[in-house]
Amino acid sequence: MLETILKAEQLHKKYGGLEVLKGISFEVKRGETKVIIGPSGTGKSTLLRCINQLTPPDKGRVWLDGVEITDPKVDINKIRSSIGMVFQDFNLFAHLTALNNVRIGLAKVKGIEKQKATELARKELQRVGLGDKASSYPAELSGGQQQRVSIARALAMNPKLLLFDEPTSALDPELIGEVLEVMINLAREGMTMLVVSHEMGFARSVANEIIFMEHGVIVEEGPPQQLFTRPAHKRTGEFLHKITELYGESGR
Amino acid sequence: MAISKLILIWQSFPSLLRGTLITIELTAGFLGLGLILGIPLAFGQVYGNRLITTTILSPFVKVFRAIPALVLLFLFFFGSAFFGIELSAFTAAILAIGLRSTAYQSQIFRGAIQSVGGGQMMAARSVGMSKLKAIRYIVLPQALRLSIPPWTNEYAGVLKDSSLAYAVGVTELMRQGRYIVARTFGNALLVYSVCAIIYFILVYTGNKFLGFLEEKYKMPGYEVKKRRRKILERI
Repeated sequence: MLETILKAEQLHKKYGGLEVLKGISFEVKRGETKVIIGPSGTGKSTLLRCINQLTPPDKGRVWLDGVEITDPKVDINKIRSSIGMVFQDFNLFAHLTALNNVRIGLAKVKGIEKQKATELARKELQRVGLGDKASSYPAELSGGQQQRVSIARALAMNPKLLLFDEPTSALDPELIGEVLEVMINLAREGMTMLVVSHEMGFARSVANEIIFMEHGVIVEEGPPQQLFTRPAHKRTGEFLHKITELYGESGR
Repeated sequence: MAISKLILIWQSFPSLLRGTLITIELTAGFLGLGLILGIPLAFGQVYGNRLITTTILSPFVKVFRAIPALVLLFLFFFGSAFFGIELSAFTAAILAIGLRSTAYQSQIFRGAIQSVGGGQMMAARSVGMSKLKAIRYIVLPQALRLSIPPWTNEYAGVLKDSSLAYAVGVTELMRQGRYIVARTFGNALLVYSVCAIIYFILVYTGNKFLGFLEEKYKMPGYEVKKRRRKILERI
Protein backbone atom coordinates (compact mmCIF):
# COMPACT_ATOMS: atom_id res chain seq x y z
CA MET A 1 0.00 0.00 0.00
CA LEU A 2 1.53 3.28 -1.13
CA GLU A 3 1.30 6.30 1.09
CA THR A 4 -0.95 9.20 0.12
CA ILE A 5 0.98 12.37 -0.69
CA LEU A 6 -1.80 14.62 -1.94
CA LYS A 7 -5.37 14.62 -0.79
CA ALA A 8 -8.07 17.03 -1.97
CA GLU A 9 -11.43 17.09 -0.26
CA GLN A 10 -14.59 18.70 -1.56
CA LEU A 11 -12.95 21.54 -3.50
CA HIS A 12 -15.33 24.26 -4.65
CA LYS A 13 -14.50 27.30 -6.75
CA LYS A 14 -16.76 29.95 -8.21
CA TYR A 15 -15.87 32.73 -10.65
CA GLY A 16 -18.65 35.27 -10.29
CA GLY A 17 -21.81 33.26 -10.84
CA LEU A 18 -20.01 30.44 -12.61
CA GLU A 19 -19.27 27.43 -10.46
CA VAL A 20 -16.13 25.90 -11.95
CA LEU A 21 -15.44 23.24 -9.34
CA LYS A 22 -18.37 21.58 -7.64
CA GLY A 23 -16.86 19.45 -4.95
CA ILE A 24 -13.76 17.65 -6.18
CA SER A 25 -12.16 14.97 -4.02
CA PHE A 26 -9.28 12.71 -4.94
CA GLU A 27 -5.93 11.39 -3.75
CA VAL A 28 -2.52 10.93 -5.29
CA LYS A 29 -0.10 8.39 -3.87
CA ARG A 30 3.66 8.81 -3.71
CA GLY A 31 5.32 7.94 -7.01
CA GLU A 32 2.05 7.87 -8.87
CA THR A 33 1.21 9.60 -12.16
CA LYS A 34 -2.38 10.74 -12.47
CA VAL A 35 -3.73 12.22 -15.66
CA ILE A 36 -6.76 14.49 -15.61
CA ILE A 37 -8.73 14.62 -18.84
CA GLY A 38 -11.96 16.29 -19.82
CA PRO A 39 -13.48 18.84 -22.20
CA SER A 40 -12.19 22.41 -22.07
CA GLY A 41 -13.86 24.72 -19.59
CA THR A 42 -14.36 21.86 -17.17
CA GLY A 43 -12.14 23.30 -14.46
CA LYS A 44 -9.04 21.15 -14.91
CA SER A 45 -6.60 24.07 -14.81
CA THR A 46 -8.51 25.69 -11.96
CA LEU A 47 -8.23 22.44 -10.05
CA LEU A 48 -4.43 22.41 -10.41
CA ARG A 49 -4.22 26.02 -9.23
CA CYS A 50 -6.47 25.27 -6.29
CA ILE A 51 -3.99 22.61 -5.24
CA ASN A 52 -0.99 24.93 -4.95
CA GLN A 53 -3.26 27.80 -3.93
CA LEU A 54 -2.36 30.07 -6.83
CA THR A 55 -6.14 30.27 -6.96
CA PRO A 56 -7.40 29.64 -3.44
CA PRO A 57 -10.50 27.42 -3.43
CA ASP A 58 -13.72 28.86 -1.94
CA LYS A 59 -14.37 25.71 0.04
CA GLY A 60 -12.64 22.42 0.62
CA ARG A 61 -9.29 21.30 1.95
CA VAL A 62 -5.99 20.07 0.53
CA TRP A 63 -3.32 18.06 2.31
CA LEU A 64 0.23 17.62 1.10
CA ASP A 65 2.26 14.97 2.84
CA GLY A 66 -0.07 15.06 5.83
CA VAL A 67 0.00 18.88 6.22
CA GLU A 68 -3.19 20.77 5.53
CA ILE A 69 -2.07 23.46 3.09
CA THR A 70 -5.45 25.17 2.90
CA ASP A 71 -4.92 26.13 6.54
CA PRO A 72 -4.45 29.93 6.58
CA LYS A 73 -1.72 29.57 9.22
CA VAL A 74 0.53 27.56 6.93
CA ASP A 75 3.41 29.33 5.07
CA ILE A 76 2.07 28.93 1.57
CA ASN A 77 5.27 30.17 -0.11
CA LYS A 78 7.17 27.35 1.52
CA ILE A 79 4.52 24.84 0.47
CA ARG A 80 4.56 26.11 -3.10
CA SER A 81 8.31 25.68 -3.28
CA SER A 82 7.72 21.96 -2.75
CA ILE A 83 5.07 21.70 -5.48
CA GLY A 84 6.46 22.19 -8.97
CA MET A 85 4.23 23.59 -11.67
CA VAL A 86 4.61 23.44 -15.43
CA PHE A 87 2.41 25.76 -17.47
CA GLN A 88 0.85 25.42 -20.89
CA ASP A 89 2.66 28.50 -22.19
CA PHE A 90 5.92 27.80 -20.29
CA ASN A 91 6.09 31.17 -18.49
CA LEU A 92 9.86 31.14 -18.42
CA PHE A 93 11.32 34.34 -16.97
CA ALA A 94 12.01 36.30 -20.16
CA HIS A 95 14.95 38.34 -18.83
CA LEU A 96 16.91 35.34 -17.56
CA THR A 97 18.98 32.70 -19.32
CA ALA A 98 17.92 29.07 -19.13
CA LEU A 99 20.43 28.50 -16.34
CA ASN A 100 19.22 31.48 -14.33
CA ASN A 101 15.60 30.46 -14.83
CA VAL A 102 16.42 27.20 -13.09
CA ARG A 103 18.73 28.78 -10.53
CA ILE A 104 16.67 31.71 -9.33
CA GLY A 105 14.35 29.62 -7.17
CA LEU A 106 17.31 27.89 -5.57
CA ALA A 107 19.05 31.18 -4.87
CA LYS A 108 16.17 33.44 -3.88
CA VAL A 109 13.70 31.01 -2.32
CA LYS A 110 15.93 28.33 -0.85
CA GLY A 111 18.85 30.68 -0.19
CA ILE A 112 21.44 28.32 -1.59
CA GLU A 113 24.76 30.05 -2.26
CA LYS A 114 25.61 30.94 -5.81
CA GLN A 115 28.15 28.31 -6.77
CA LYS A 116 26.16 25.42 -5.34
CA ALA A 117 22.94 26.75 -6.93
CA THR A 118 24.65 27.01 -10.32
CA GLU A 119 25.88 23.46 -10.02
CA LEU A 120 22.42 22.14 -9.12
CA ALA A 121 20.80 24.15 -11.92
CA ARG A 122 23.25 22.77 -14.47
CA LYS A 123 22.47 19.27 -13.32
CA GLU A 124 18.74 19.80 -13.81
CA LEU A 125 19.28 21.25 -17.29
CA GLN A 126 21.32 18.17 -18.19
CA ARG A 127 18.56 15.98 -16.82
CA VAL A 128 16.13 17.43 -19.40
CA GLY A 129 18.78 17.23 -22.12
CA LEU A 130 19.57 20.93 -22.33
CA GLY A 131 23.01 21.13 -20.77
CA ASP A 132 24.28 22.97 -23.85
CA LYS A 133 21.56 25.64 -23.73
CA ALA A 134 22.43 27.06 -20.32
CA SER A 135 23.21 30.55 -21.60
CA SER A 136 20.32 30.83 -24.06
CA TYR A 137 17.42 33.14 -23.34
CA PRO A 138 13.85 31.80 -23.54
CA ALA A 139 13.16 33.60 -26.82
CA GLU A 140 16.16 31.84 -28.35
CA LEU A 141 14.76 28.38 -27.57
CA SER A 142 12.13 26.31 -29.36
CA GLY A 143 8.82 25.67 -27.61
CA GLY A 144 9.84 22.16 -26.69
CA GLN A 145 13.14 23.36 -25.25
CA GLN A 146 11.39 26.11 -23.31
CA GLN A 147 9.01 23.61 -21.79
CA ARG A 148 11.90 21.35 -20.83
CA VAL A 149 13.64 24.30 -19.13
CA SER A 150 10.42 24.97 -17.23
CA ILE A 151 10.35 21.34 -16.12
CA ALA A 152 13.97 21.71 -14.98
CA ARG A 153 12.98 24.87 -13.09
CA ALA A 154 10.30 22.93 -11.26
CA LEU A 155 12.57 19.92 -10.64
CA ALA A 156 15.36 22.06 -9.20
CA MET A 157 13.24 22.83 -6.16
CA ASN A 158 13.20 19.11 -5.39
CA PRO A 159 9.40 18.99 -5.29
CA LYS A 160 7.22 16.40 -3.61
CA LEU A 161 4.72 16.74 -6.41
CA LEU A 162 4.74 18.09 -9.96
CA LEU A 163 1.67 19.67 -11.51
CA PHE A 164 1.47 19.86 -15.31
CA ASP A 165 -1.13 22.11 -16.89
CA GLU A 166 -1.48 20.92 -20.50
CA PRO A 167 2.30 20.94 -20.99
CA THR A 168 2.19 20.05 -24.68
CA SER A 169 -0.89 21.96 -25.88
CA ALA A 170 1.06 24.99 -27.07
CA LEU A 171 3.67 22.96 -28.95
CA ASP A 172 4.11 22.01 -32.57
CA PRO A 173 3.36 18.31 -33.04
CA GLU A 174 7.00 17.49 -33.74
CA LEU A 175 8.12 19.11 -30.48
CA ILE A 176 5.64 17.27 -28.27
CA GLY A 177 7.72 14.10 -28.23
CA GLU A 178 10.77 15.61 -26.51
CA VAL A 179 8.63 16.98 -23.67
CA LEU A 180 6.70 13.74 -23.23
CA GLU A 181 9.96 11.82 -23.18
CA VAL A 182 11.17 13.91 -20.23
CA MET A 183 7.85 13.33 -18.45
CA ILE A 184 7.94 9.60 -19.10
CA ASN A 185 11.45 9.42 -17.64
CA LEU A 186 10.29 11.32 -14.57
CA ALA A 187 7.41 8.91 -14.10
CA ARG A 188 9.83 6.00 -14.32
CA GLU A 189 12.13 7.61 -11.76
CA GLY A 190 9.20 7.67 -9.38
CA MET A 191 8.27 11.37 -9.44
CA THR A 192 4.72 12.03 -8.27
CA MET A 193 2.87 13.82 -11.03
CA LEU A 194 -0.58 15.23 -11.62
CA VAL A 195 -1.00 15.96 -15.30
CA VAL A 196 -3.76 17.73 -17.17
CA SER A 197 -3.31 16.56 -20.74
CA HIS A 198 -4.97 15.40 -23.90
CA GLU A 199 -2.06 13.17 -24.81
CA MET A 200 -3.92 9.88 -24.81
CA GLY A 201 -0.84 7.85 -25.63
CA PHE A 202 0.90 9.24 -22.57
CA ALA A 203 -2.20 8.76 -20.40
CA ARG A 204 -2.62 5.19 -21.51
CA SER A 205 0.95 4.05 -21.18
CA VAL A 206 2.26 6.11 -18.24
CA ALA A 207 -0.68 7.02 -15.99
CA ASN A 208 -1.44 4.85 -13.00
CA GLU A 209 -4.89 6.35 -13.01
CA ILE A 210 -6.97 8.62 -15.18
CA ILE A 211 -9.48 11.11 -13.82
CA PHE A 212 -12.24 12.13 -16.21
CA MET A 213 -13.73 15.51 -15.30
CA GLU A 214 -16.70 17.31 -16.78
CA HIS A 215 -18.71 20.35 -15.66
CA GLY A 216 -16.74 20.73 -12.46
CA VAL A 217 -17.16 17.20 -11.15
CA ILE A 218 -15.19 13.98 -11.43
CA VAL A 219 -17.24 11.68 -13.63
CA GLU A 220 -15.02 8.67 -13.40
CA GLU A 221 -11.65 7.65 -12.06
CA GLY A 222 -9.67 4.49 -12.65
CA PRO A 223 -6.73 2.74 -14.28
CA PRO A 224 -6.32 3.49 -18.01
CA GLN A 225 -7.25 -0.01 -19.20
CA GLN A 226 -10.53 0.20 -17.36
CA LEU A 227 -11.46 3.64 -18.71
CA PHE A 228 -10.41 2.86 -22.25
CA THR A 229 -11.97 -0.58 -22.52
CA ARG A 230 -14.95 -0.73 -20.16
CA PRO A 231 -15.80 2.71 -18.76
CA ALA A 232 -18.52 2.78 -16.14
CA HIS A 233 -20.09 5.88 -17.64
CA LYS A 234 -21.25 6.25 -21.19
CA ARG A 235 -19.92 9.85 -21.29
CA THR A 236 -16.37 8.69 -20.47
CA GLY A 237 -16.41 6.30 -23.39
CA GLU A 238 -17.71 8.97 -25.74
CA PHE A 239 -15.09 11.49 -24.71
CA LEU A 240 -12.20 9.03 -24.91
CA HIS A 241 -13.36 7.84 -28.28
CA LYS A 242 -13.58 11.35 -29.64
CA ILE A 243 -10.26 12.51 -28.24
CA THR A 244 -8.41 9.39 -29.36
CA GLU A 245 -9.75 9.86 -32.86
CA LEU A 246 -8.66 13.49 -32.82
CA TYR A 247 -5.18 13.19 -31.35
CA GLY A 248 -4.35 9.65 -32.44
CA GLU A 249 -2.72 7.28 -30.06
CA SER A 250 0.84 7.12 -31.30
CA GLY A 251 1.42 4.26 -28.84
CA ARG A 252 4.06 5.95 -26.69
CA MET B 1 31.45 93.25 -34.22
CA ALA B 2 31.66 89.48 -34.47
CA ILE B 3 34.70 89.51 -32.24
CA SER B 4 32.87 91.44 -29.52
CA LYS B 5 30.03 88.87 -29.64
CA LEU B 6 32.53 86.04 -29.25
CA ILE B 7 34.09 87.81 -26.30
CA LEU B 8 30.64 88.25 -24.75
CA ILE B 9 29.91 84.53 -25.06
CA TRP B 10 33.35 83.73 -23.68
CA GLN B 11 32.84 86.03 -20.72
CA SER B 12 29.32 84.84 -19.96
CA PHE B 13 30.22 81.18 -20.22
CA PRO B 14 31.05 80.64 -16.53
CA SER B 15 27.66 81.99 -15.42
CA LEU B 16 25.84 80.00 -18.11
CA LEU B 17 27.67 76.88 -16.95
CA ARG B 18 26.66 77.60 -13.37
CA GLY B 19 23.08 77.86 -14.59
CA THR B 20 23.46 74.63 -16.51
CA LEU B 21 24.64 72.91 -13.35
CA ILE B 22 21.51 74.07 -11.51
CA THR B 23 19.39 72.89 -14.46
CA ILE B 24 21.03 69.47 -14.19
CA GLU B 25 20.47 69.41 -10.43
CA LEU B 26 16.80 70.29 -10.90
CA THR B 27 16.38 67.61 -13.55
CA ALA B 28 18.08 65.00 -11.39
CA GLY B 29 15.79 66.00 -8.51
CA PHE B 30 12.61 65.77 -10.61
CA LEU B 31 13.55 62.43 -12.12
CA GLY B 32 14.86 61.03 -8.84
CA LEU B 33 11.73 61.93 -6.90
CA GLY B 34 9.57 60.66 -9.75
CA LEU B 35 11.48 57.38 -9.88
CA ILE B 36 11.49 56.75 -6.13
CA LEU B 37 7.78 57.45 -5.75
CA GLY B 38 6.61 56.46 -9.22
CA ILE B 39 7.74 52.80 -9.13
CA PRO B 40 5.99 51.90 -5.84
CA LEU B 41 2.96 53.88 -6.98
CA ALA B 42 2.77 51.84 -10.17
CA PHE B 43 3.13 48.53 -8.32
CA GLY B 44 0.48 49.72 -5.87
CA GLN B 45 -1.89 50.41 -8.73
CA VAL B 46 -1.31 47.01 -10.31
CA TYR B 47 -0.93 44.66 -7.34
CA GLY B 48 -2.01 46.70 -4.36
CA ASN B 49 -5.07 47.07 -2.25
CA ARG B 50 -8.00 48.23 -4.36
CA LEU B 51 -9.24 50.68 -1.71
CA ILE B 52 -5.87 52.46 -1.42
CA THR B 53 -5.60 52.60 -5.20
CA THR B 54 -9.00 54.20 -5.73
CA THR B 55 -8.85 56.59 -2.77
CA ILE B 56 -5.21 57.73 -2.85
CA LEU B 57 -3.06 56.54 -5.74
CA SER B 58 -5.33 57.12 -8.73
CA PRO B 59 -6.59 60.55 -7.53
CA PHE B 60 -2.96 61.64 -6.96
CA VAL B 61 -2.08 60.69 -10.52
CA LYS B 62 -5.17 62.42 -11.91
CA VAL B 63 -4.58 65.67 -10.03
CA PHE B 64 -0.89 66.01 -10.81
CA ARG B 65 -1.40 65.25 -14.46
CA ALA B 66 -4.24 67.73 -14.82
CA ILE B 67 -2.61 70.89 -13.41
CA PRO B 68 -0.11 72.90 -15.47
CA ALA B 69 3.46 72.73 -14.19
CA LEU B 70 3.66 76.50 -13.72
CA VAL B 71 0.48 76.52 -11.60
CA LEU B 72 1.85 73.70 -9.44
CA LEU B 73 5.09 75.59 -9.07
CA PHE B 74 3.31 78.74 -7.86
CA LEU B 75 1.07 76.73 -5.55
CA PHE B 76 4.05 75.07 -3.89
CA PHE B 77 6.21 78.20 -3.73
CA PHE B 78 3.69 80.84 -2.72
CA GLY B 79 1.19 78.45 -1.14
CA SER B 80 3.68 76.92 1.27
CA ALA B 81 3.99 80.18 3.22
CA PHE B 82 0.24 80.06 3.78
CA PHE B 83 0.75 76.84 5.77
CA GLY B 84 3.65 78.38 7.67
CA ILE B 85 6.26 76.35 5.80
CA GLU B 86 9.17 78.15 4.24
CA LEU B 87 10.28 76.48 1.05
CA SER B 88 13.20 77.74 -0.98
CA ALA B 89 12.46 78.29 -4.66
CA PHE B 90 14.66 75.31 -5.48
CA THR B 91 12.85 72.96 -3.07
CA ALA B 92 9.43 74.17 -4.22
CA ALA B 93 10.42 73.47 -7.82
CA ILE B 94 11.69 69.98 -6.98
CA LEU B 95 8.46 69.14 -5.15
CA ALA B 96 6.07 70.62 -7.70
CA ILE B 97 7.62 69.26 -10.88
CA GLY B 98 9.01 66.14 -9.16
CA LEU B 99 5.55 65.11 -7.96
CA ARG B 100 4.13 65.85 -11.38
CA SER B 101 6.83 63.63 -12.87
CA THR B 102 5.90 60.98 -10.29
CA ALA B 103 2.41 60.93 -11.74
CA TYR B 104 3.68 60.63 -15.30
CA GLN B 105 6.40 58.11 -14.50
CA SER B 106 4.00 55.94 -12.51
CA GLN B 107 1.94 55.50 -15.64
CA ILE B 108 5.03 54.60 -17.67
CA PHE B 109 5.86 51.91 -15.10
CA ARG B 110 2.26 50.75 -14.80
CA GLY B 111 2.11 50.14 -18.54
CA ALA B 112 5.41 48.28 -18.42
CA ILE B 113 4.35 46.12 -15.45
CA GLN B 114 1.12 45.23 -17.17
CA SER B 115 2.89 44.25 -20.36
CA VAL B 116 5.17 41.89 -18.42
CA GLY B 117 2.03 39.78 -18.01
CA GLY B 118 0.40 37.74 -15.28
CA GLY B 119 2.08 34.50 -16.32
CA GLN B 120 5.47 35.68 -15.05
CA MET B 121 4.03 36.50 -11.64
CA MET B 122 2.22 33.16 -11.48
CA ALA B 123 5.38 31.25 -12.41
CA ALA B 124 7.38 33.16 -9.80
CA ARG B 125 4.79 32.39 -7.12
CA SER B 126 4.74 28.74 -8.21
CA VAL B 127 8.44 28.31 -7.33
CA GLY B 128 7.64 29.66 -3.88
CA MET B 129 8.50 33.35 -4.15
CA SER B 130 6.49 35.77 -2.05
CA LYS B 131 4.70 38.53 -3.91
CA LEU B 132 7.47 40.95 -2.93
CA LYS B 133 10.24 38.65 -4.12
CA ALA B 134 8.40 37.99 -7.36
CA ILE B 135 8.17 41.73 -7.94
CA ARG B 136 11.80 42.31 -6.99
CA TYR B 137 13.40 39.52 -9.01
CA ILE B 138 11.00 38.82 -11.87
CA VAL B 139 8.55 41.63 -12.64
CA LEU B 140 10.62 44.73 -11.81
CA PRO B 141 13.72 43.83 -13.87
CA GLN B 142 11.55 43.23 -16.90
CA ALA B 143 9.32 46.26 -16.34
CA LEU B 144 12.34 48.58 -15.97
CA ARG B 145 13.76 47.37 -19.27
CA LEU B 146 10.44 47.96 -21.01
CA SER B 147 10.21 51.43 -19.41
CA ILE B 148 13.40 52.84 -20.89
CA PRO B 149 11.98 54.04 -24.26
CA PRO B 150 9.00 55.95 -22.77
CA TRP B 151 11.20 57.13 -19.89
CA THR B 152 13.51 58.77 -22.43
CA ASN B 153 10.55 61.00 -23.29
CA GLU B 154 9.97 61.85 -19.67
CA TYR B 155 13.64 62.76 -19.27
CA ALA B 156 13.50 65.18 -22.18
CA GLY B 157 10.21 66.69 -21.01
CA VAL B 158 11.28 67.21 -17.43
CA LEU B 159 14.67 68.63 -18.38
CA LYS B 160 12.98 71.33 -20.40
CA ASP B 161 10.35 71.91 -17.69
CA SER B 162 13.21 72.87 -15.38
CA SER B 163 13.26 76.21 -17.21
CA LEU B 164 9.91 76.98 -15.50
CA ALA B 165 11.77 77.29 -12.20
CA TYR B 166 12.94 80.61 -13.66
CA ALA B 167 9.50 81.95 -12.73
CA VAL B 168 10.02 81.53 -8.99
CA GLY B 169 13.59 82.80 -9.07
CA VAL B 170 15.80 79.73 -9.28
CA THR B 171 19.00 80.78 -11.04
CA GLU B 172 19.03 77.99 -13.54
CA LEU B 173 20.21 78.27 -17.13
CA MET B 174 17.41 80.51 -18.41
CA ARG B 175 17.73 82.97 -15.53
CA GLN B 176 21.49 83.20 -16.02
CA GLY B 177 20.84 83.89 -19.67
CA ARG B 178 18.28 86.54 -18.77
CA TYR B 179 20.83 88.25 -16.47
CA ILE B 180 23.34 88.50 -19.29
CA VAL B 181 20.74 89.87 -21.68
CA ALA B 182 19.74 92.47 -19.08
CA ARG B 183 23.34 93.49 -18.34
CA THR B 184 24.38 93.97 -21.94
CA PHE B 185 22.38 95.33 -24.84
CA GLY B 186 20.91 93.79 -27.98
CA ASN B 187 22.16 90.27 -27.33
CA ALA B 188 18.86 88.47 -26.63
CA LEU B 189 18.95 86.32 -29.77
CA LEU B 190 22.55 85.35 -29.27
CA VAL B 191 22.35 84.49 -25.57
CA TYR B 192 19.08 82.60 -25.80
CA SER B 193 20.43 80.69 -28.78
CA VAL B 194 23.38 79.58 -26.69
CA CYS B 195 20.89 78.49 -23.99
CA ALA B 196 18.92 76.58 -26.63
CA ILE B 197 22.08 74.82 -27.79
CA ILE B 198 22.94 73.85 -24.22
CA TYR B 199 19.45 72.39 -23.70
CA PHE B 200 19.77 70.51 -26.96
CA ILE B 201 23.12 69.03 -25.94
CA LEU B 202 21.74 67.96 -22.55
CA VAL B 203 18.72 66.25 -24.07
CA TYR B 204 20.74 64.69 -26.86
CA THR B 205 23.47 63.21 -24.67
CA GLY B 206 20.93 62.03 -22.09
CA ASN B 207 18.91 60.26 -24.76
CA LYS B 208 22.05 58.73 -26.20
CA PHE B 209 22.94 57.37 -22.78
CA LEU B 210 19.44 55.95 -22.27
CA GLY B 211 19.59 54.40 -25.73
CA PHE B 212 22.84 52.75 -24.69
CA LEU B 213 21.15 51.37 -21.54
CA GLU B 214 18.27 50.09 -23.64
CA GLU B 215 20.67 48.27 -25.92
CA LYS B 216 22.76 46.90 -23.07
CA TYR B 217 19.85 45.51 -21.06
CA LYS B 218 17.63 44.37 -23.91
CA MET B 219 15.88 41.05 -23.45
CA PRO B 220 16.54 38.70 -26.37
CA GLY B 221 13.28 38.30 -28.23
CA TYR B 222 12.03 41.75 -27.26
CA GLU B 223 14.39 43.88 -29.30
CA VAL B 224 13.41 45.35 -32.63
CA LYS B 225 16.64 47.07 -33.52
CA LYS B 226 18.38 44.07 -34.93
CA ARG B 227 15.49 43.37 -37.25
CA ARG B 228 15.44 46.99 -38.34
CA ARG B 229 19.11 46.79 -39.22
CA LYS B 230 18.49 43.71 -41.29
CA ILE B 231 15.67 45.37 -43.20
CA LEU B 232 17.90 48.36 -43.89
CA GLU B 233 20.59 46.07 -45.26
CA ARG B 234 18.09 44.52 -47.64
CA ILE B 235 17.10 47.93 -48.98
